[in-house]
Amino acid sequence: MPGKLKAKIVAGRHLPVMDRASDLTDAFVEVKFGNTTFKTDVFPKSLNPQWNSEWFKFEVDDEDLQDEPLQITVLDHDTYSANDAIGKVYIDIDPLLCTEAASVISGWFPIYDTIHGIRGEINVLVKVELFNDLNRFRQSSCGVKFFCTTSIPRGYRAAMVHGFVEELVVNEDPEYQWIDRIRTPRASNEARQRLISLMSGELQRKIGLKVLEMGGNAVVGYLQCFDLEGESGLVVRAIGTACTLEKHSSGSLVNTHTHPNTAPASNACNSPSKDGKEPVFGEDLPSSSGPPTPFRNLPTSSSSPPPFSPCKPCSRQSSSSDTDLSLTPKTGMGSGGSAGKEAGPLKTLLRQQTQTALEQRGASSSGLLLNAREFPFFTLTSFPPSFLVHVGGVVSARSVKLLDRIHNPDEPETRDAWWEELRQEIKSHAKALGCHAVVGYSENTSICEEVCILSASGTAAILNPRYMREGCLDIGSTDQRFDDPSPPSCGFCHIPYDELNMPFPAQLTYCYNCRRQKVPDVLFTTINLPAEAAVTGKGCLIQARLCRLKKKAQGEVNATAISNLLPFMEYELHTQLMNKLKLRSMNALFGLHIQISVGENMLLGLASATGVYLTALPAPGGIQIAGKASGDLNNEQHVQSIQKRINDTIAKNKELYQINPPELTEEGVGSPIPEPRHRSRLFRSHSESSDEVSELDLSHGKKDAFVLEIDDTDAVEDIHSLLTDASPPTGFYTCNTETMPGIYNWTTAVQMFTSVRVLRLSNANLSNQSLNKIFTDLCENLLKSFYFKLRSNIPCCLCHLNFTVAVPEEELIQVSVTAVAMTFDKDQNQEGFITKGGNETEEQLQFPLELCADSSSTNAQPSSKFSGVPENTIVSSRAASVDYGSFADRCSTWLELLRLKANTIRRGSVKTSRRTQSLAHSVSSLEHCSPLTEGRPRSLRSSRSFGGSSVTMVKMTPLSFLPGTRIIKFLGIINMFFIRETTSLREEGGVSGFLHTFIAEVFAMVRAHVAALGGNAVVSYSMKDCVLMENPNKNQAQCLINVSGDAVICVRETDQEPMTSMTNIGQTCAADGAT
Amino acid sequence: MLTDKLILTSYYFAFFNFASEKTGSWKFFSSFNFGAAVNSGKMLRFFLKRLELIVTRDMNAAVSHRSDQPMPGTLSPRDCKMAVELDVFVGNTTIMDEEVYQLWLDGYTVNDAVKVRMAGGVLDECEANQDVLLSDTMDQYRTFQMCERLLQSPAKLANQLLFQIPPHRQTMLIERYYAFDDVFVREVLGKKLSKGTKKDLDDISAKTGVTLKSCRRQFDNFKRVFKVVEELKGPLVENIRQHFLLSDKLARDYAAIVFFANNRFETGKKKLQYLTFQDFAFCAGQLINNWTVGAVDNMVEDMDVDLDKEFLQELKELKILITDKDLLDQHKSLVCTALRGKTKAFAEMEANFKNLSRGLVNIATKLTNTKDVRDFFIDLVEKFIEPCRSDRWTPADIKLYLTHYTNSAHILDSFKHQAVWDRYMGVIKSCIYKMYHD
Repeated sequence: MPGKLKAKIVAGRHLPVMDRASDLTDAFVEVKFGNTTFKTDVFPKSLNPQWNSEWFKFEVDDEDLQDEPLQITVLDHDTYSANDAIGKVYIDIDPLLCTEAASVISGWFPIYDTIHGIRGEINVLVKVELFNDLNRFRQSSCGVKFFCTTSIPRGYRAAMVHGFVEELVVNEDPEYQWIDRIRTPRASNEARQRLISLMSGELQRKIGLKVLEMGGNAVVGYLQCFDLEGESGLVVRAIGTACTLEKHSSGSLVNTHTHPNTAPASNACNSPSKDGKEPVFGEDLPSSSGPPTPFRNLPTSSSSPPPFSPCKPCSRQSSSSDTDLSLTPKTGMGSGGSAGKEAGPLKTLLRQQTQTALEQRGASSSGLLLNAREFPFFTLTSFPPSFLVHVGGVVSARSVKLLDRIHNPDEPETRDAWWEELRQEIKSHAKALGCHAVVGYSENTSICEEVCILSASGTAAILNPRYMREGCLDIGSTDQRFDDPSPPSCGFCHIPYDELNMPFPAQLTYCYNCRRQKVPDVLFTTINLPAEAAVTGKGCLIQARLCRLKKKAQGEVNATAISNLLPFMEYELHTQLMNKLKLRSMNALFGLHIQISVGENMLLGLASATGVYLTALPAPGGIQIAGKASGDLNNEQHVQSIQKRINDTIAKNKELYQINPPELTEEGVGSPIPEPRHRSRLFRSHSESSDEVSELDLSHGKKDAFVLEIDDTDAVEDIHSLLTDASPPTGFYTCNTETMPGIYNWTTAVQMFTSVRVLRLSNANLSNQSLNKIFTDLCENLLKSFYFKLRSNIPCCLCHLNFTVAVPEEELIQVSVTAVAMTFDKDQNQEGFITKGGNETEEQLQFPLELCADSSSTNAQPSSKFSGVPENTIVSSRAASVDYGSFADRCSTWLELLRLKANTIRRGSVKTSRRTQSLAHSVSSLEHCSPLTEGRPRSLRSSRSFGGSSVTMVKMTPLSFLPGTRIIKFLGIINMFFIRETTSLREEGGVSGFLHTFIAEVFAMVRAHVAALGGNAVVSYSMKDCVLMENPNKNQAQCLINVSGDAVICVRETDQEPMTSMTNIGQTCAADGAT
Repeated sequence: MLTDKLILTSYYFAFFNFASEKTGSWKFFSSFNFGAAVNSGKMLRFFLKRLELIVTRDMNAAVSHRSDQPMPGTLSPRDCKMAVELDVFVGNTTIMDEEVYQLWLDGYTVNDAVKVRMAGGVLDECEANQDVLLSDTMDQYRTFQMCERLLQSPAKLANQLLFQIPPHRQTMLIERYYAFDDVFVREVLGKKLSKGTKKDLDDISAKTGVTLKSCRRQFDNFKRVFKVVEELKGPLVENIRQHFLLSDKLARDYAAIVFFANNRFETGKKKLQYLTFQDFAFCAGQLINNWTVGAVDNMVEDMDVDLDKEFLQELKELKILITDKDLLDQHKSLVCTALRGKTKAFAEMEANFKNLSRGLVNIATKLTNTKDVRDFFIDLVEKFIEPCRSDRWTPADIKLYLTHYTNSAHILDSFKHQAVWDRYMGVIKSCIYKMYHD
């Protein structure tokens, strides 16, 4: 039931002139919520009207409160003709529904018109009175907090991570309805904006319900996307990670229960379903076998009964999540077929499988520590220390589908089934890597006409089960592995899979850090670099770019053509990444994001990641050039010169990124390492085969230089492109992860920016090579532009460089980038950053401490961080990931794998799992992990930082934090969708002028909303979509932008404030929350 | 078909020219004989419709070729090779390079600005190339153009939401936007800020070397400030400062410009050419502070813009100083007594006293005539400064002479208009002193 929404229109300013005669405007305002509309009086003849209206009250269901935006329309009163609309403001009142977030929305909002852009501002006050609702069958999910941040939000502690939530709603796109032919562009745009706003509200509500069902109170890593499928409709989908979050507090004053109670339903709604589900993540989960062998028991008997019956909440319309497909060993089901039209029957197939899966699950419950209910996926990319036990590698899956009209919006079965397949695929990949979870998970699509590529990717990982459930762990038994894991600085690099049954050929060596466990030679992941990881030198952005032409085609032919191209693209992207990584003398990629974008006559692939040198992993071998077999002398020389250039580049890069691992001395002099290694071998003795592998260990040395063969022009091109990648100029660093390893002393200066570039290919008959060159240049030039523009910020690091490519129409390539330039302090070194780094570590450390409060390992955790050598490490005996063992054996080369992929794709989807390996060496930056060096400085300066000038400065960043500041309050999620259209493109300065204005307007609107919520910053900001359509000949253009982020209040971090103030802050927050 | 295309293409051209008529680059159009057709909107639309149907590559080429020329309010798309269709960079905090801002203000085209920047050596800073520079310059120019609307009413800049600009940057933007070239302002000082003057801007631009675009901006600034303060009560300088958020110095300069424009002082005559804007600005300040209505009453409209009519009437009374022979002689002897032995130019002072005194008093008595107000400065130069200069008075001599000349009048028994005299001579003294140089 109900809530009371109150709105008051205070004033307007800078209104446009609507009456030419008087150069003034007679403005009034309509306030609409749901179907109720109120109007203010007309304020005649003013561009700065003062309405100062009464409070307009709407009595509405909280379901509506969640779905609907408050719609404010400013109009010009006209006595004789129809009133002219000046513009609108949509206010998402969701933040007000969460008692902890904002309590009032008050401020100046830009009045936005889809044709004219921002036209003045309006001052509005909005409040909500929410009545407690104990109805357990309710449809709303007020009180569930949403975060875009893909880590546990600062200031919170995760009491429990419940797992993956997803939802999807579909509708017809108003732009394609028949009525669009007769209505104005403005009306059509507004209908679209409103619909999407409604749909995302609904989506959020439904996800909220799922979270409540799971017993959580928040969604982190909430990722919402729109698929504009054109004729076939509009899909809004979202994924996230359900958690139970608690406010951080040092004292016990503010406790867990502040907000679960304020969201009454979380308990109320929970209880009925709990009985059925509790076993899944509750006490039933035995800890007998550790995640390293999560699926060991999988194929064994199905004796024990299913732990729960698949409950199907009647409330939900989406079907996808109800199907509990789980760990069915992959039966090679043809996931989809490139023509997705057969999805209907497939669905039933899936359902059948589900049944078997459920049965099997009973037996395998030991392995299903986490989130057994659905997919063990986590959208998080950063984790509290010791959360991540091992990382397997990147798993990704793609599938090509043909879109057809969505016949019944209430039954989004098809789309659901598609994603279901992909997730299934991903899960089986993860399993093949011996992992029971996928972290850093994301999904996206690329649509061109009726062809749609769905992609999902993540990082296979083994997580510490401790965080996955409530209650204490049964420590007594076998689970020491987790209580005393490998040193945090390298533990996550250790292979999760069995070295005898590796899913792909890889060279394993003993960890260079702890010398006890095996590590691969290269590690690719989609997550952020763990804070505690030991890294040598700095990192840098590595991109692989690829263009592939394809013939224009229709329907299934087209889909097949694309499917056939995809594996080759993936392969080539991977090769490029590998080469570039070696060229920079690095051995791991973080934040890997591969985007494949489809156009009418080409496919674009862009892989971005941050390369680093993980101390735990072996040094990469060089790149060796092999010439043609022929003894052509010229050629020989050519090869040599290239080889020399490559070697020079590698040497230069080593210097540039300060990669100087002490490996040489180590090998030459005879290191102090043998001892620990010896010990590790001792431990290993009961695991198979350790001896001869450790023998291999040293001999491996550098022999695995990467060989590039120049046997055709392609290869030459490749090498050239390899070498033409310019490294950033002095003073700049780049990465696409949250932060750059080795830089900690950030100043508070941040500059977030968005840049879009569109290239028109003038020549119709381009070759793949020249196309590649153009595309590469485009990306490189963009980066160069950034360096130049931001040169005043030197020394600085461009963080979270997020590239998005698209092929908006034939012969156009669009690249959009959002990133943040963060300045750091060069002079102030080590000391400065240690405290800072330590600070962060500690903040997060609260989390494990709290969590394992009653486990014996509480103390072991931090101390092992210091020592780096925990005592009783038991080297895991890695069980085979049974079902994929044979598969892995077969793939002795990448090409082999490729072929396999090609096979798969013929059946409709591509899957990739990658990862390789080789040698070891040591030295960890222990200082980096000293967590307890400093208390968290706390201060209560919140009120100071805003107010003051008439316009609050609002900082924006794609990162989850702002350097030098502390987030004291999350005010709610910002999720906005805008359409802008123009019919006077030339007059607005062409497409560039048009888009420039629009992006600036979007920023302005985001800032205004944040400021109105009382915030002064947006974290985890991202621009999900930027769809630009232009027709210069008609002088028209249209653009859609979708942005999201978390509105926060942050305060400057004043160093070394007494600890007592921490409690104050806690109280304040609680008090705020209560008001 | 081919011809058909061709013709349509030229229509296309024609249309563009039509659209950009204001830039005055319409030559192309007349070379095609379709004036009538294009002029009628109906036909135009018809042709455009057809155009859509036969959009050819040639046409695209034509378009991009054509649009090299900047149109008012828009930017020419990059004339880059072929490729970059769109290129924008938007920062959350608006990024503005002061150097580029200055180039923009100075009216450089994007391409010229790029050349200047390259010559300035920016490229070396960041391993950039010309493309990067071009792209950056374009971005900034666009930003400035979008900002321009706000800069025209600076108060809006502070509370607008579109651009997030730190306050000190806002101040810089405004200050620079309203800054002007002394050479330019010297040309328009005292002229009516009207359309007529605006049309002469090309000539002024040619003469001063300030680009036409920059001239227009400066002229429009003058006009805008003039229009706003015209209707305001209260002190002129303060009004300008508050409305346009300018520094005190700049506000004073604008006050001078407004004051000169309002009273239409003649400043363009050859004899006045040696005077700089700052000379005039100083004089204007003196006049505003002492001779306007505002000097006595500070809540009247136009108080600082119009001269105090009553005062001007009263000035007529000063005539007695030169018409009354006794008074004149008495005055002369008093001044001479005071000056004797204090200056080398004493002889000339003595000889010229009557002439000079007549000159100054005549100026005073004629000021009721608007025409003569306009000639105020030229009169000062002709009647006082030039004679003194030909006698090689030093500035110190001038000061000395004027001081005693003013003070001596107080001693004259029969001279009753002490207050008016002081108010008049105070200004004259400082103006002449300021204007007395080469």
